[in-house]
Amino acid sequence: MGPDLWLLYRQMLRSRRFEEAVTDLWEKGKISGEMHLGVGEESIAAGIVAHLKDGDAMALDHRGTPPLVVRGVDLVLILKEFLGRADGLCCGMGGHMHLFSHEHFAASSGIVGSAGPVAAGFALAAQHLRPGNIAVAFFGDGAMNQGMLLESFNLAVAWKLPVLFVCKDNEWAITTRSQHVTGGNLLDRAKGFGMPALEVDGTDVEAVWNAARQGVEKARKNNGPTFLLAHCIRPEGHFLGYTPLRKSLESMVGMVGPLLRSLPARKGASPGERIASLGSITSLIGRTVAEKYSKRRDPIYRVRQRLKADKSRLNEIEKEVAKEIQQAVGIALS
Amino acid sequence: MKTMTFADAIDDALAQAMADDPRIVVFGEDVHGLRTSLFVRFGEKRVRPAPISEAAFVGAAVGAAMAGLRPVVEVMMVDFIGVAVDALLNHAAKLEAFSGGKWKVPMVVRAPCGGGYGDGGQHEQSLWAWLAHIPGLTVVVPSNPADAGGLMLSAIEHEGPVVYLEHKLLASNMLDFLGSGGRKTVQYDVPAEGTSGPVPDKWMPAPLGKAAMRREGKDITLVSLAVGVHRCLEASAILKKKRISAGVLDLRTVSPLDKEALCQAVSRSGRLLVVDEDYRDFGLSGELAAVVLEAGIPVQYGRVCTEETIPYCRELEDQVLPGTKRIVDAALKLMER
Repeated sequence: MGPDLWLLYRQMLRSRRFEEAVTDLWEKGKISGEMHLGVGEESIAAGIVAHLKDGDAMALDHRGTPPLVVRGVDLVLILKEFLGRADGLCCGMGGHMHLFSHEHFAASSGIVGSAGPVAAGFALAAQHLRPGNIAVAFFGDGAMNQGMLLESFNLAVAWKLPVLFVCKDNEWAITTRSQHVTGGNLLDRAKGFGMPALEVDGTDVEAVWNAARQGVEKARKNNGPTFLLAHCIRPEGHFLGYTPLRKSLESMVGMVGPLLRSLPARKGASPGERIASLGSITSLIGRTVAEKYSKRRDPIYRVRQRLKADKSRLNEIEKEVAKEIQQAVGIALS
Repeated sequence: MKTMTFADAIDDALAQAMADDPRIVVFGEDVHGLRTSLFVRFGEKRVRPAPISEAAFVGAAVGAAMAGLRPVVEVMMVDFIGVAVDALLNHAAKLEAFSGGKWKVPMVVRAPCGGGYGDGGQHEQSLWAWLAHIPGLTVVVPSNPADAGGLMLSAIEHEGPVVYLEHKLLASNMLDFLGSGGRKTVQYDVPAEGTSGPVPDKWMPAPLGKAAMRREGKDITLVSLAVGVHRCLEASAILKKKRISAGVLDLRTVSPLDKEALCQAVSRSGRLLVVDEDYRDFGLSGELAAVVLEAGIPVQYGRVCTEETIPYCRELEDQVLPGTKRIVDAALKLMER
């Protein structure tokens, strides 16, 4: 049996609309500090969380909002947390990078790679206390170069822990191209630990759902961990307000000024090396901007294309989701 | 003399050093984007973006320094140094001692630190005293552009490992990147004199372990560093209106600690108020009390520090970080004794 695409679409849309509302609040200055969105990852969150049941645990990274939304955490509580309110999900103490829901066994962290060891621990507890329950770790391709994550792969294999390791591969490590700082390929790397490794187009929610089912079933039967490599996009950049995506002239000047000043500076690298550096910065900016405006790999657009024959049902879902988010924002701000 | 921002001063001093010494290399997360001017001028071989592998690249800085380079390794935030602590605690800090002084580790770990912009307790810590606790590590925390450049130069020239911390409320590029993200809708309490100010035409190293008296005062001595210095200056101005003369001592380096300057100032005023954005317990504030007591100086003592995990909520955060009001209140209380 395949997934219920309508349900998955609704969940993905809830996450997207929610993060759009968050963006609006952030821009209005109601949310402080950094804000990393999970836009482009909704298919991964929805396709995986659909398989979770009570007692399953999630270790999340700094893009933890979509899995929490899809898992059913109260949207008003999340919003209030972002607003820094005492009645928020974590009493205003955590903020968006440090979201915790004990009730849902969901814990996030802003330390890259830390979802690995935490999920291994969740899985160890499940082995002892809740057989049949599993843990999921969500992290990015950038985290794949973090020792603690790779060490937890080994731990999970050696101890046969019920974990699904989900690598959301958007090809970025903060603002560096992952490829530029990563040796080998990630799938082989995971396989090297003796763990089954699956690769999917993470923008295709059905593909994610199918792959996740294999890994989750295996873990539930106490047959050890699975690694899932899901390729996705990051259209909003590393975080909101990421410099190349700002529209102001001021930030353009701020970016270009130092480059032009340092290009002819006396003493330093050869002209060729300087031009090469300039070229790589230009290409990073180009790539960031192109990703922002490319629709083709938008997971929500993709699943909607498959459902578009039934316009009235789509309409109905979209209206309901818009209303749900609007209401949540209204309550959170009141 | 010219005027420069705190952020530019660091990179400018670093560029001056790099131009003079090809052994200086910069690496760390996103350095091509964070230090674009250095990246373009010195090329990728000397300004190299690293994977998110703090344990490996800080550890590699130790090896590189042992083998002849002078690395300036960047960690995105001091909080993330947790991942790489072994390289500092068990290696960089101990090598000179272990080798009987025959092998040195001339490296700089550069990291933004500090809070006040609502980023939560995993991204806003100070940790300078926590690091300075380890024998063998030098810890530098400048409070203004002139010191920022001068201390960067001396950090690079130092023959041992130096942790160089730049407070994010002072480094406007970091605050823009992490705090405001280009928004005009958010405001943070940024001390203007720390973010931009006069700097020399050519950088000269500022001595490590030398505090600076920012304001003389005979009734009480406020001792701090980084943003805390500016909060103390503000508090001192308020106290002046209440006819209390409060001196402000800027430590500039946590380790080595300028005990002489501290003891001199405190023995004159007889009152010590430590203002420390790092955690209160088992930290710098207690250490300063110990130094003064060991010197046999009779003193009235108080401290305003961060006492708990820094809350995300801006209002709560302002209460937890050492702000001007808390400093004034604590000083007044101390004056009653």
